This record gives sequence, structure tokens and C-alpha cells, in this order.
Amino acid sequence: MSDGALSGVRDAVPMVVGILPFGLIFGTLAGPAGLPPWATLAMSALVYAGSAQFIAVTLLAAGASVPVILATTLIVNLRHMLYSATMSPHVSGLPRAWRAFLGFFLTDEAFALIYNRFSSPRGSVDRPRYYLGVALTLFLAWTGSTAVGVLLGNIVPGIQHWGLEFAMVASFVGIVVPQLKNRAQIGAALTAGIVALLAHGLPYQLGLMVAALTAVAVGVVLERPAEEAA
Amino acid sequence: MSTVLLLAGMAGITYALRVCFWFGAGEGLPAWFKRTLHYVPVAVLTAIIVPAVLLKDGAFDLDIHNARLAGALATGFIVWRFKHLLAGIGGGLLVFVLWRWLSPLLMS
Repeated sequence: MSDGALSGVRDAVPMVVGILPFGLIFGTLAGPAGLPPWATLAMSALVYAGSAQFIAVTLLAAGASVPVILATTLIVNLRHMLYSATMSPHVSGLPRAWRAFLGFFLTDEAFALIYNRFSSPRGSVDRPRYYLGVALTLFLAWTGSTAVGVLLGNIVPGIQHWGLEFAMVASFVGIVVPQLKNRAQIGAALTAGIVALLAHGLPYQLGLMVAALTAVAVGVVLERPAEEAA
Repeated sequence: MSTVLLLAGMAGITYALRVCFWFGAGEGLPAWFKRTLHYVPVAVLTAIIVPAVLLKDGAFDLDIHNARLAGALATGFIVWRFKHLLAGIGGGLLVFVLWRWLSPLLMS
């Protein structure tokens, strides 16, 4: 039997454990931030990008306008271009319609699993089926846990005062800390923090964008001397 | 209406970024652009974290009762020391909740 969809599902299960709590929290927080239940579900099902969704909801709660949230989405999701470029040789043999469909599911987790499998020496795999197995498993986990979160938010009174919004901040801290392993990343983080504080009063929540762009520039500049020394 | 616009825009932008190289759009990313992308997560997330933790209603909130600061430091420490994301988030949440509850009682 060829290694196909089931094998993709199996590989995706450990990732599901990590996805469920975030979907739950997102579903619970989106309501108090101003998204109606249908829009919360639609965001998980149609945008399907966890960190961008969390940031969008944070910005929405702070009163940011749609163009600012869209621009932030663009910056936050730029990394998907990297996945797209890296995966491109592995999917170039598929029919256009398949590529158009499967591309939608290329999240961080899906990329990690699928790219790993496609470039592994572990025998052949039915590529579209394996991809589909991973993609649908992760997609169901994210949308399903969002739906449960929306329900919990409506059923449990006062859940928005439990401090779940802090879970979002904590998850961002947890993502940032392991990346601070060279002076360029540390410099970028320091810059982002300081500029974000200084620019906090800017209208339309533009401070976030100003801080992020400045910090990226500082990171790139700090990287150069280390490279020449190496 | 603006909600529909928000959803459509976010979905369109994200989808376009995911499939851009699958339909013959160029030969891949230039090296400088890939280097730049390395700094995007740290830059964006830190720019969200720092004001969320240190400010309250637009002013500095640097006293012992700041539970968000305590929780964030706890998460950072756990993730740095034990390299476990979910444990870090859980631990940070616990510190946050306990701190918010206990600090007014113990240190008033």
C-alpha cells in the first residue's frame, strides 16, 4: 500500500495537541474583542493563520482600523512566501486545481510536516494524498477548537475576565524567547520593545507597524558584521 | 460590512502569500529578503508584548501588582530553561492568575 492520506493524518496528530489550546483561546477571546461568532468561525476557516488571527483580534480590541489590520497581516504572514518558495519544486508536478486547493492549507505546522516528509529518505509517498491528510487534520483541529472556544465564551459567564487574554501574550513570549540566540535577534527584540513603547500614542495603532519595521531593519544591520567574521 | 472586508482582506492576503510561488511567479525569493524575514516574528511579537505587559491605559505600570509582567517573566523563564512552549504558557497563566489574586492581599 502506498504511503498516503492516513500516514499524513498520523504524522499530524502530535501537532494537533499543540493547536487545540490556541484554537480554544482564540474562539473565546474573539467575541469580547468585537468579532461576532460567525466572523470568528469564518476567520479560522478562511484566513486560517493562527498568529495573524490573534494579532488581528488584539488590534481590533484596541480599536485599529481595517487597513492597519490588513497591513499587519501582510507583514506577519510574509513568512508564508518562504514556505511557498521552498515547497514549490515539490508540488510543481500537480495539476493547477490541486495546487490552488492545497496551497490554502500551507500553515507553519503543515509546512514543517509536509516539507519534512517530502524531502525525507523514508521511502516514497503519494504526495497529494499525504498533503491532504496533514492539511485536513490540522484544519479540522483549528476550526473545531475555535468553534468550541466560541461556545465556551457564550456559555461560561465572565470567561473574558479570567485573564485568558494573557494566554495570548504568554504564547507570544514563548515564541520569541527561543529565537533570541544571537545579537541580531536580541537587538531586533530590544528595538521592537522600545519603539513600541515610544510610538504607542500614534493613531490607528500604527505604533506596532513602526516598531516592527524598525526592529527588522536593526536585525538585518546587526547581522552583517557577524557574517563577515564567520 | 467592515467585518466582511476585514475577513476577505485577511483571507486574500494570506492565500496569495501561500500560493505565490506555485503559479510560476518567479524563481524564488532573493537572499536579502529571506534574511529580512528571519527578524519578522521577533519584531512583530515583541512590539505587541512589551506595551501589553508594561502599559496600562497608556501609562507605565511598573509596580509590584503588575500581574502581566510577573506572568510574562514566568513564561519567558520556563520556555528558556525547559524549552517547552505549552508548559511555559500554562505556568505563566498560573502565575498571572495567582499574582492578580494574591498581590493585593499580601502587598497592599
